[in-house]
Amino acid sequence: MTELRLYILQRVTAFLMIPLILAHVFVIFYATSNGLKAGDILARTQGSVGWALFYGLFVLLAAIHGAIGVRTVLREWADLSRTTASIASGALAALLFALGMRAVIAVVMPGGAL
Amino acid sequence: MSLPIERRRNTAYRHDGLWTAALIHRVSGILLACFLPLHFLALGLAIEGEAALGGFLRWTESTGVKFAEMGLVFLLTVHMLGGIRLMLIENLPWRPGQKRAAMTAIVIALVIAALFVVRII
Repeated sequence: MTELRLYILQRVTAFLMIPLILAHVFVIFYATSNGLKAGDILARTQGSVGWALFYGLFVLLAAIHGAIGVRTVLREWADLSRTTASIASGALAALLFALGMRAVIAVVMPGGAL
Repeated sequence: MSLPIERRRNTAYRHDGLWTAALIHRVSGILLACFLPLHFLALGLAIEGEAALGGFLRWTESTGVKFAEMGLVFLLTVHMLGGIRLMLIENLPWRPGQKRAAMTAIVIALVIAALFVVRII
C-alpha cells in the first residue's frame, strides 16, 4: 500500500473512532461507578448484536490505526526500512485484530464460551 | 566527548510547546498499542466463563491498578484530542492559538482522568 493510502487510512480510521472512543469512555465511567463486575459487563454484552457490531468495528479500526501508527514510529525512530516496518506493522494489525475479535466473541456470545 | 559542530543536530525545536504536544500524541499512541493486546487478552478470559473474567477483575480493585487505569483513561483521551487537533490543523486554514489548543486538550484529558479515579477510589 502506498504511503499516501496509509496516511489517508490512518486519518479515516481516526475520524471514525472519535464517536466510538467517546462512547467507550462513557461506558468506562458508567461500568466502573459501582465497581467493575464480570457479571455486569457480560449481562450488558452477551447476546447483544449492537455491542457486537460496536466492539467489532472498534477492534477493526483500532487494529488498522494502531498498526499504521506503529509503522510510522518504526520508520522514523527505529529507522527501519519500508519493507521491514510494513511486515512488523502488518503482523501487529493481524495480532490486534485476532485478539480483539476473540475478546468481542468472548463477551458477546451467549453463555460466554465457544 | 562532544560532536564536531557540523555533525550536531539542531534540537532547538524541542523547546517548542507544539513539539511537546506532538511527542505526547506519539508516546500515548505507542503506549495504547502496547496496552491493547493485554486489554483484549483480559476480556478474552470471558471465553473460559464469567468466573475467569471475575477473578481478573478482582485484581483490578487494588489502588495501584486503579491509578494505572486512570493513566489509561488519560492516554486514550489525550490521544483522541491530540488526533482531533492534528486533523483540524491538516484540514482547516491555520489559526493562531495552537499552543493554547494543545494545552487545553491535555488539561481536558487530565480532568477526565482525575474524575475517573475520584469516582472509582
